[in-house]
Amino acid sequence: MAISRNNLLAAALIAPLFAVVVASFIVPLAVTLWTAIGNPEVRETLPRTTAALRGWNGEGLPSEAAFAAVAAELAQAHEAQAIGQLSRRLNFEEAGLRALLLKTARAKDRLSAPYRDALVALDPRWGETSLWQILARNTAALTPLYLLRSLDLSLTPDGKIVAAPADEAIFLALFARTFVISFWVTILCVLIGYPVAYTLSTLSTRWANIGMALVLVPFWTSILVRTTAWFILLQREGPVNALLLGLGVVDAPITMIFTRFAVYIAMVHVLLPFVVLPLYSVMKGINPAYLRAAASLGAPPWKRFIRVYLPLTMPGVAAGGLMVFMLAVGFYITPVLVGGPEDQMVSYFIAFFTNQTINWGMAAALACLLLAMTAILVVVARLIVPGFRLGGVSA
Amino acid sequence: MKTGNGLALTVRTFTAIVLVFLIAPIVVVFPLSLSSGELLTLPTPGYSLRWYDDFFTSSKWLLATRNSFIVGIATAILATFLGTLGALGIFLGRFRGKTFLVAMLATPMVVPVVVTAIALYFAFSFVGLNNTLTGLVLAHTVLSVPYVLITVLATLQTFDRNLLKAAATLGAPPPAAFRRVLLPLIAPGVATGALFAFATSFDELVVAIFIAGPQQFTLPRQMYAGLREFLSPTIASAAVLLIICSLLLLTANEYFRTRGKTRTLPDDPAEPN
Repeated sequence: MAISRNNLLAAALIAPLFAVVVASFIVPLAVTLWTAIGNPEVRETLPRTTAALRGWNGEGLPSEAAFAAVAAELAQAHEAQAIGQLSRRLNFEEAGLRALLLKTARAKDRLSAPYRDALVALDPRWGETSLWQILARNTAALTPLYLLRSLDLSLTPDGKIVAAPADEAIFLALFARTFVISFWVTILCVLIGYPVAYTLSTLSTRWANIGMALVLVPFWTSILVRTTAWFILLQREGPVNALLLGLGVVDAPITMIFTRFAVYIAMVHVLLPFVVLPLYSVMKGINPAYLRAAASLGAPPWKRFIRVYLPLTMPGVAAGGLMVFMLAVGFYITPVLVGGPEDQMVSYFIAFFTNQTINWGMAAALACLLLAMTAILVVVARLIVPGFRLGGVSA
Repeated sequence: MKTGNGLALTVRTFTAIVLVFLIAPIVVVFPLSLSSGELLTLPTPGYSLRWYDDFFTSSKWLLATRNSFIVGIATAILATFLGTLGALGIFLGRFRGKTFLVAMLATPMVVPVVVTAIALYFAFSFVGLNNTLTGLVLAHTVLSVPYVLITVLATLQTFDRNLLKAAATLGAPPPAAFRRVLLPLIAPGVATGALFAFATSFDELVVAIFIAGPQQFTLPRQMYAGLREFLSPTIASAAVLLIICSLLLLTANEYFRTRGKTRTLPDDPAEPN
């Protein structure tokens, strides 16, 4: 009885937090997944056409009823100003369909029965099976198209999965670029962070505190502020070029802003503390007796390092490195501000499709793939580093 | 580990260079913000407070400052309340799957912020929360509540349950035991959590890009807008003000951390983008 009362209290205490996380995080993620595979446009804008196409076997042309329905419903959608979404959606299936749909909608007064002949006379594409196959396919509630496109695949009108046309097949390269940038940032952070953490762990308390402050101050400073600093520093007329010119290292200002170099510099700057901090606490916890033992057994310094010190610090390397990689994969602001068009990562395209081309399906599909990538990394992290704490420096 | 002196010196020099690399960009912003010139160049032609004057007389920057504090404080209150109660529930309850529950409640920390941002944008578009301060507070609460939860849980792990039994034996009813025994002991953890929550909200940009309209612009959002339009030294003065806020928060955090004997230090409040 006491136990269940205890749990009742616990449930009451957890409930508000649980409700907020579900309502403002889990549900939105579900909405995103739904947006990536949902296909409401044809069903909602052309319900009678959808019904008329239900009996069609996908060969030749559909019945006169489908032609009549599509002519009437396109005109209605045009008047209700609902045609924009539909035509954008179908244009994504095949370029040029937006123009065809708008043209047909505007031709309402010139169209009369029999509609099959009238529509084909208006535009011969209405007489093509492939157009009707695309329409029929999109009467389904779900579509794999956005996810396929995110993987550089496409669908033929009759439903076969094929490689996407070259000018639209940009996403595998985008994921590869995201991966490569994150990989090198991680390697750089580990290679730079390791000796720094080591030195800090050997200093006297007073110096170590000063050193740690120099790591913690950037760590607590907002990423935008740090990126802004690099944005200013790396300008053509900026302080770094002024310094290089003043020292006579270069004769003319060099272009650093909007390059991959700038992205690496700023990302390493932002993420370096994420390896230094866990490595520092791991190194602090290493018993110096192990190294003394190795030394007394005759191991030279390099051997003591490779055989004793490095293995002991590996948990810190793995924890910090994985943390950096996971964060780097989702980077958005830094590449946008200091990188060029060729340096943008997946996040940029998620924002691009959401805010600029208003293709929510693509934005959601890319977000789902990015989420899947992160989930895999978390699983890997858990396997490699026992007790890997999400977002946490395991102290 | 004693290595050759030459190597040790090299490693120390390298460390010094890296530490300078870490701190230099932050330091350089200070003289730039005090420039009397129109351009962000060093050395500055002279020093003046004109860009701070510009900041404090611009309606955009003042609105952004106001929004940042409103959203930050509201987020800190909401996240601290929800996170502390949740942590207490998880601590007091005796049920299976606690690890899973904590992991689920902490997922906003590992999901790339841009994914959270677009998810909130889609979901808020159905309920009309885009372009509202309420929406921003909810979003920032979700991003920062895991820090509160984990900080308070870490503090609770050092809490001796026998103290509650002792309080009960001495006749304290549960609410009194909570207020007089438990709360004072976990207070440093709660305070740290509140600081993290405020700092997370105060520095957050990606979600603001998606769900805030011009009337809800926060300081980072206004800075970002400024960077993309025209690079004026006012941005440097805004950056300096943000750095000063971060330093105050860091100092307060170190104070609470050394006061409360929390064994673990959950990290960055500055949610990476």
